[in-house]
Amino acid sequence: MDTLNLLFDGLGSAFTPENLMYAAIGVLIGTFVGVLPGIGPAMALALLLPITYGLEVTQSLIMFAGIYYGGMYGGSTTSILLNTPGESASVMTAIEGNKMAKKGRAAQALATAAIGSFVAGTIGTLLVAFFAPTIAKQAVKIGAPSFFAIMLLSLVLVSAVLGSSRLRGFIGLFVGLTIGLVGLDLSTGQARLTGGITQLVDGVDIVVVAVGLFAIGESLWIAAHLRRNPVEVVPVGRPFMGREDWARSWKPWLRGTAIGFPFGALPAGGAETPTFLSYIAEKKLAKNGDEFGHGAIEGVAGPEAANNASAAGMFVPLLALGIPVTATASILLAAMTTYGIVPGPTLMTDQPDLVWTLLASLLIGNTLLLVINLPLAPLWAKLLQIPRPQLYAGILFFASLGAYAVDQNPFDIALLLVFGAVGFAVRRFGIPILPLILGVIIGPLMEVKMREALDISNGDISGLFNEGLAIGIYVIIVLAVVVPIVIDRVRGDAPLAADAQDGTNDKEEVSR
Amino acid sequence: MTRGDDSRDILMIIPNAAGGGYDQTGREAVKIMEDGDVTGGDFTVDNIEGAGGTNAFTEMVGDAGDEHTMITVGLGVVGSLYSFGNERRLTDATPLAQLISEPEGVLVPGDSPYKTIDDFVEVWSANPGDLAVGGGSSPGGPDHLFPMQLADTVGIDPNDVNYVSYDGGGPLTSALLGSKIDAGFSGLAEFTQQIEDGELRVLAVSGEERQPQPALTDVPTLTESDIDLVFLNWRGVLAPPDISDDRRDELIAYLQEMHDTDAWAAALEQYGWTDDFKTGEDFVEFLEEQDERVSGTLEDLGLL
Repeated sequence: MDTLNLLFDGLGSAFTPENLMYAAIGVLIGTFVGVLPGIGPAMALALLLPITYGLEVTQSLIMFAGIYYGGMYGGSTTSILLNTPGESASVMTAIEGNKMAKKGRAAQALATAAIGSFVAGTIGTLLVAFFAPTIAKQAVKIGAPSFFAIMLLSLVLVSAVLGSSRLRGFIGLFVGLTIGLVGLDLSTGQARLTGGITQLVDGVDIVVVAVGLFAIGESLWIAAHLRRNPVEVVPVGRPFMGREDWARSWKPWLRGTAIGFPFGALPAGGAETPTFLSYIAEKKLAKNGDEFGHGAIEGVAGPEAANNASAAGMFVPLLALGIPVTATASILLAAMTTYGIVPGPTLMTDQPDLVWTLLASLLIGNTLLLVINLPLAPLWAKLLQIPRPQLYAGILFFASLGAYAVDQNPFDIALLLVFGAVGFAVRRFGIPILPLILGVIIGPLMEVKMREALDISNGDISGLFNEGLAIGIYVIIVLAVVVPIVIDRVRGDAPLAADAQDGTNDKEEVSR
Repeated sequence: MTRGDDSRDILMIIPNAAGGGYDQTGREAVKIMEDGDVTGGDFTVDNIEGAGGTNAFTEMVGDAGDEHTMITVGLGVVGSLYSFGNERRLTDATPLAQLISEPEGVLVPGDSPYKTIDDFVEVWSANPGDLAVGGGSSPGGPDHLFPMQLADTVGIDPNDVNYVSYDGGGPLTSALLGSKIDAGFSGLAEFTQQIEDGELRVLAVSGEERQPQPALTDVPTLTESDIDLVFLNWRGVLAPPDISDDRRDELIAYLQEMHDTDAWAAALEQYGWTDDFKTGEDFVEFLEEQDERVSGTLEDLGLL
């Protein structure tokens, strides 16, 4: 097979001891910088890119791939250990990952994240290598109406994570959607809900909201109860994944990859929607769904794989169309241009050697990431043995650093404290955090797509229904809403009873 | 960062994210000044994002009298100051030099029925609301101002223009490639590859002359097509208010020296920028004129 040979050629030219050393260095500094909360892959790349200049092309590509995957992966480490997601795509990882860490299963959470990232990254890169031009042609046809429909579907599915009390769940969701509304109206330039504060016109960064709600809110909660409640010591868990962990992880890895890759490959797909679609899917599919909210390994494995598969998928529009779809992709594009790679439809035929070296480098960087990080997982996990006061002091420090690093803006630290207070309040009143953070993430994305669709049709409602895919998804939504009700009726159960039953398992722990 | 009075170090503020247009121009200028040791000190580059450059500009103006700070600005910042309700104007700072200008272009998908700008304008004039036109900037930014001024010039009420705002060149490209919009208005540097491959077609460029890049030499200017409009996006450098005249002249001299290097000439070619260097009074007048033009357009649209 021709493509395969080209890939092997690429691997051959990339696979020398010297190159592997550059890859290792790239992975290490990438991970190190990525671990700092608030510094997502985009900023990590921008900061570290200059290091790769001056090397010859193959070496810089390899080091660069290492930095890229290292930066991607670093975010999950802080999410799991410190409950401080470094970027929006790691937010879902924090939800189950941090619960696992508290139960002494940090090493397993880190491992399933690392292996999941590896599996997804490898499958994703191979898909890019073989199908990029084909996928790209189809992907641009999918426009705003379909995206809007997909997000509407995810909002409908959110009901799965509302928790025990629907009312509280919806309160959380709407608080989240409201936070997402803050900022400039896209079409008219009107400032919304900013209270005249200039720093708010660009909206509130999801990282600041998530870190505030999760890390600061929790620190305040712990601080408020530390004296009254006995300190729960984080148990020392086993260092590696057991048989059951593997058995519970491999399917979520593959499902996460399947959900994440198409989103990455679609221009404007992004990594946030697939991570939480994956989370919801895993929760629905899990045999013991009640473990969700208490540290279910599936809830880490799926979203992490989805996140990385989407990151790999991003190379489809980038390489085949020259379209950077995320901030990370724009920096990648700038870097590739300096290495002499000019993306576009003819890239694969015009510059095969460079492209295959790049793809081979991505595979190598991904593999080294696993090799280096897997043994480190138990070491990282020891971090949680630090006594509670010192640990939370550290978390507060990292949270503030992260919020500041997003924009180097002191205002964000004030905002962080506000969301910390909100985080404390929702814990106090038993409002689940998950729907809240979903509202913050999905609200603005949905609005952008809806406005785009309606703008294009000049305000006509038909603009939302003029794509086949969109209509198909609306049909699924209707089925998702109607079918359970019909089934309940046929069975003779009142729908409400079913809801209550469904909810009791979740209890309020989602919010703790 | 501490920069004492005797230090030769300079902070360059970039008002948007790494990788954007201001970032490219600002960093390129800084790199050349550093490589040539023009200032005798080091540069720090700081991206202050937010509100289309308003945040960065406000912060810089707040450092009045700071003789070790510069900021890269451009047409987008002029519009943002208005659309974000900021009372300050670029001339409130100390204008140093305009570095470049960059014409925009009217882009259509490769399989679009419009072959010339006349085809497009004819259909557009008949039913402005039926055509969706897109750009990579929010209202007040260059890609928004350009179609509005074009509409005005060809006799369309800008209020009837159906403008779809995209978050930068990437999303705009996908919308064009997927034929989701009828035409796109943008600087062309990001689209060179798609234009060469025939995936996108440029109907007209907005400069006074045709563009030198090989893929664009056949594309007529608007004026050649009897549309009396020259629209230029531009970028330049300012210093905080209230710095001494001596220091201002010194900073201008640094930029002048940077401008005269071969490296800068190479950068201009690489990015497809037009050399449009102005300093002192010329630049101040230019800024005032830009300010009037932008506020006029936004006022017509009822956006002020």
